[in-house]
Formats: sequence, structure tokens, C-alpha cells
Amino acid sequence: MLSFIIRRLLITIPLVLLASVLVFLLVANSGDPLADLKGRQPPVPPQVIEAREKLIGLDKPLPQRYWHWLTNFVQGDMGRTIRGVEVRPLLWQRMQITLRMVVLASIVAIVLAIGAGVLSAVKQYTVTDYTFTFAGFLFLSMPVFWLAALMKEYGAIRLNKLFGKQVVFTVGPESPNLAGSFGHRLADYAGHLVLPTIALALISFAAWSRYQRATMLDVLGADYIRLARAKGLSRSRVMVRHALRNALIPLVTVVAIDTGAVFGGAVITERVFAWQGMGALLVQGVETSDPNILLAWLMVTSVLVVLFNLIADVLYAVLDPRIRYG
Amino acid sequence: MADTRPPPASDEAGEGQELRQTEHGVQVHEVATTTPEREFTVAARSQTQMIVRRFLAHKLAVGSLVVFLIVVVVSLIGGRFWKYSYADITDEFSTPPSWGHPMGTDDIGHDSMAQILRGAQKSVQVALLVAFLSTTLGAVIGALAGYYRGWIDSALMRFTDLVLTIPYIAILAVLAANVADKAGNWFFVGLVLSALLWTYIARVVRGQFLSLREKEFVEAARALGASDFRIMFRHLLPNATGSIIVNATVTVAVAILVETALSFLGLGIRPPDTSLGLLISQGQQAATTRPWLFWFPGIIIVIIALTVNFIGDGLRDAFDPTQTRVRA
Repeated sequence: MLSFIIRRLLITIPLVLLASVLVFLLVANSGDPLADLKGRQPPVPPQVIEAREKLIGLDKPLPQRYWHWLTNFVQGDMGRTIRGVEVRPLLWQRMQITLRMVVLASIVAIVLAIGAGVLSAVKQYTVTDYTFTFAGFLFLSMPVFWLAALMKEYGAIRLNKLFGKQVVFTVGPESPNLAGSFGHRLADYAGHLVLPTIALALISFAAWSRYQRATMLDVLGADYIRLARAKGLSRSRVMVRHALRNALIPLVTVVAIDTGAVFGGAVITERVFAWQGMGALLVQGVETSDPNILLAWLMVTSVLVVLFNLIADVLYAVLDPRIRYG
Repeated sequence: MADTRPPPASDEAGEGQELRQTEHGVQVHEVATTTPEREFTVAARSQTQMIVRRFLAHKLAVGSLVVFLIVVVVSLIGGRFWKYSYADITDEFSTPPSWGHPMGTDDIGHDSMAQILRGAQKSVQVALLVAFLSTTLGAVIGALAGYYRGWIDSALMRFTDLVLTIPYIAILAVLAANVADKAGNWFFVGLVLSALLWTYIARVVRGQFLSLREKEFVEAARALGASDFRIMFRHLLPNATGSIIVNATVTVAVAILVETALSFLGLGIRPPDTSLGLLISQGQQAATTRPWLFWFPGIIIVIIALTVNFIGDGLRDAFDPTQTRVRA
């Protein structure tokens, strides 16, 4: 098992390295970060531009720049933005905000998907099945920003009216100047999290529930399920202990592969709810063609995705004894 | 293989055959000695006919296809026939839907219907372009990887993994901002999307080719002296048509959603041109005061993506030869 994990880790290293080259080339060719400075009226003195080039490391040839960036990045130094702010603390702070939404939404979506998928498989071709199927297709076809905006503009008002006071918030990840007891702060975070999380979870849940339904149907059709019933086990016991346990395994991979997509969805959802998270940082980076922001953003997320896939692979091997990893 | 359908009309039956009633009342063809012997008495259906029939039996998918085609045709050419252009500014600001403006107007006086027609046109153009390009690219890459295996397979699949590692919304954002400076038009957005959305289809085609290449008919073709190219594209590819078509369909839905998301972030199609995502981001600020600006473009996106997904589902069933098998 340990050698399997180590081998998988070794395979991912060249992958991440290649990704870093790709990312670097992509960013290096995406617009002039100093265009704004150079285009100013009255013109900025050339010394200032040179100094700025030096600060963000644009003054060397491409391979040298790449090497410089890579060695610094590995040591945890992500360089500075074009305004001279250090990227690492900035990215770290934004990531905490976004991950809050991503992790919570993923958990909600997984639970929903398992519930809906298993129910519609067990009750195949009934009203329950059709309802979940239709809901799945609907959310699969809905742009996440539209659903998010729908919840923000219509859901929030209804909910707050229902409770008679403001329980869900629609702007930002937390109230400005938040203070008070721990419980108070927690309630505030939760109130801000509810709507974005539900929006993101519903979109992710759609594809996963379809997948869960298909695997559950596959398992239910297997011979060993018939055997379990034939030897006299109760239906519920067969469903939970024999069918469900096996039907959960493939979902692990699907969820891991979709991590990138959920992250992408979070980026968009954030925009709707005016969160200053990773999404805002990406848009800022793109709009100002800020190389170090973009490089750090792309590398950190791709490492995260690779890591999740690795975890999924390992989990898969642990859960399914038929996988040979010797 | 009992067949309860009436036998084919006599003009369909081959020459030299005649129908007669047996004593059991069952009609059978009497095969004349001049025609080759046939085991079954009904005209055999081709694969395509069977697939079309199965698809037509799927009511939801057929209905979706009709709706989808209407939306596509209207969005592609409808703008020319509508009395306003998307750039026209009328002197009616923020009016709710009425006969003159079926989808209302925005705060500058644009007719929303004209804008939505334009936006839908761009979104549909992007989606169709992406479906075509990414499917072609993905199928070719998958075919090469699956057929040649070995280092070609490893190289191509590691490359696929690589494209999958970075959230594509981010690559798109960087790329789209780059090309949009030069053009900002749908064609570039479509090209960029295609360059990233081919990975899934490549994996599917590769998987199919890996198993198909071991079949006897490939050996037979090779024995007859067929080139690799011919085997791949004349013998193997037709066998993978089903999954390719299904995936191309689903790609249309994915492309629409990604394009609108990109435009929503302000990184896809940009003003003065418009797309459905852009319209939603503009309408969102006014969602409660001028709800029509927010609802209509969103509903159009949902209709397009939903019908495409239903069509894909119908096609998947239609191409699946085991689909009539009932679960034990």
C-alpha cells in the first residue's frame, strides 16, 4: 500500500512540473502587465518602468524567469503583484474564504447526491425517481451564477421575512467590523454561507446524483445481490450493507475529478455574492495581467486538483479490494 | 424472434417472393429459388434505422429536439427579422414586457428581445463551434492513443491529464482575456473553449479503441492490407459513433454554460456585442426592480441546456443495444 502511494506521488511530480511550464507560458503570453503604467499621460519616466520590471521579474529572458519563479515558488515565495504587494499572504487569505464555500458545498452536494441517487435507483421508474431525475437535469442545465442570483435576489428576502429578522446575508463572507462572542461570529459566518453554499451544492449535486443512480442500479442488478436476498436477508439489510456500500465507491473518483469544476463554480458564485475570494483575485489578475497573481493562482489550484485526484486514487484502492496496486 | 407486425408490403418484398396464408393463418413469405435464402421473414433494419426508431420512441428527447431546433433557428436568424436591432436605443426606458417589447427594455432603452436574440445567437454559435471542434480534436487524439497504445498513448493521455489539472475556468479566463483584446468575438471564445473541452471525449474514444482494436474484423482488415489510417477511420471510428455523438451533444450544453459563465465574469464576449451571460450579469443588479432583464436570458440558457441534455439522454439510450433489457 505504502509503495503504491509513493509510486503515485512520484508520477504526479512530473505532471505538476509540466503544468507549471504550461501555466508559465500561458501567463507570459497573456498581455503586458505594465501596459497601464506605460500608457499613462504624462509618460512615466523609463527608470520607474525598469524598476517595476525588476520588481516583478520581467527583466530577464523567459527560461531564466521561469527558473527564478519556480525555485522561489517551491520555497514558498510567490513574488509580488504589480502594485508591489506580496502574493502569498494575499492568496492565502483569499483561499480561506473560498475553501469555506467549496468544502461545505461539496459535503452538502455529496450527501444530497447519495440520497437522491440511491433513492431514485431503489424506486426506479416511480414518481420519486422521475422527480429526482428531473431535478438533476434541471440543475445540470442551470448556470450557477443564475441560480445563485436567483437565491440572492428572491430566496434571501423570503427567508428573512419568514424568520422576521435578517438570518441570511447576501453580501460578502462576513459582516463588516464583525465582533462579539464566538457564537455570534459563528452565526454570522453561517448566515453569509447559506445561500452561496446551497447554490453551489445544487449545481454540483446534479451530475453526482445521476452518477450515483447509475452505479446503484448496476449494483442492484448484480448476482450477489440476488444471492443475498435468496439466502434470506431482509431487503433493507441487503440495500444498506450489500448494495450501498459498493455503490459508493465509484463516486469517490467522480467527486475528486470534479474538484476543479466545483472550484470554478465557487469562483463564479463568489462574484454574485460579492465575496472577495479566489474568484475576485483571478478576475483582478486577468484584468491587470498581473503575472505573479495569475501564476500563483493557477499553480496552487492545479496542485490542489492533483492532490485530490491522488487522494481519490488511494481511497479507491483502499475501498475496492479488487484494485491491484501491488 | 417472433414478429407480430404485419409483413412488409409486397413492393418491399424481394422479387420472386409471394405471400400466402398457411393453415394457421400466419402469413409467410415463400422464398423462390432465385433469391438468396433468408432466415427471417421481415425486412432487416439497418443499425441506423434501429437507432432512429429507438430515439423516436423517447418522447421527451424528441420533444426536446424540436424545441432545441426551434431555439437554434430563431436565435441564429431571428435577429434579422425582429424590428429592433440589439444596438438600437429606443426612447422607452425600463418598460416591462408589452406588445411593443415582448421582453421589455433596459434602462438605456435597448429592446431586450433584440438583445436576447443577439446574445442567444452568439452563445449558440459558440456552443455549436465548440461541439464540432472539440469532438473532432478529442476523437482524433483518443483514436491515436487507443490505436497505437505504447508511448503515443502515454504521451497523449498525460497531456490530457495536464489539461485537466487546472480548473478550466481559470485557463479560459487567462486565454480569453488574451485573445479578446484582439477580437473579443465569439469565434475566438469558441476556439479557446474547444482547446480545453476535448479531453473528455478523447478519454472515451481511447477506451473504446483499446477494446475495438483487438476485434477480429480489425485483423481481417489488416490481413487485406488496409493501412493504419484506414483501419482507424473506416473500421474503428464508425463503431465508436454512438458515444461520440452523445458526447458531442452534451458538449453543446457544457459549452453554453461555460461561455455564459465566462461572459458573466466579463471575460468572454464583451460589449458592445452581447451574450446571454453578459445580459444576466447586467440584469442581475436590477433583478427585483426590472425582473424581466434577469429572467428571460436565464430561462433561454436553461431551455437550451436542458433540451440538449435530454436529447443526449435519448441518444444514449438509442445507441445502447442493451437498453431494452429489463433489470433482473
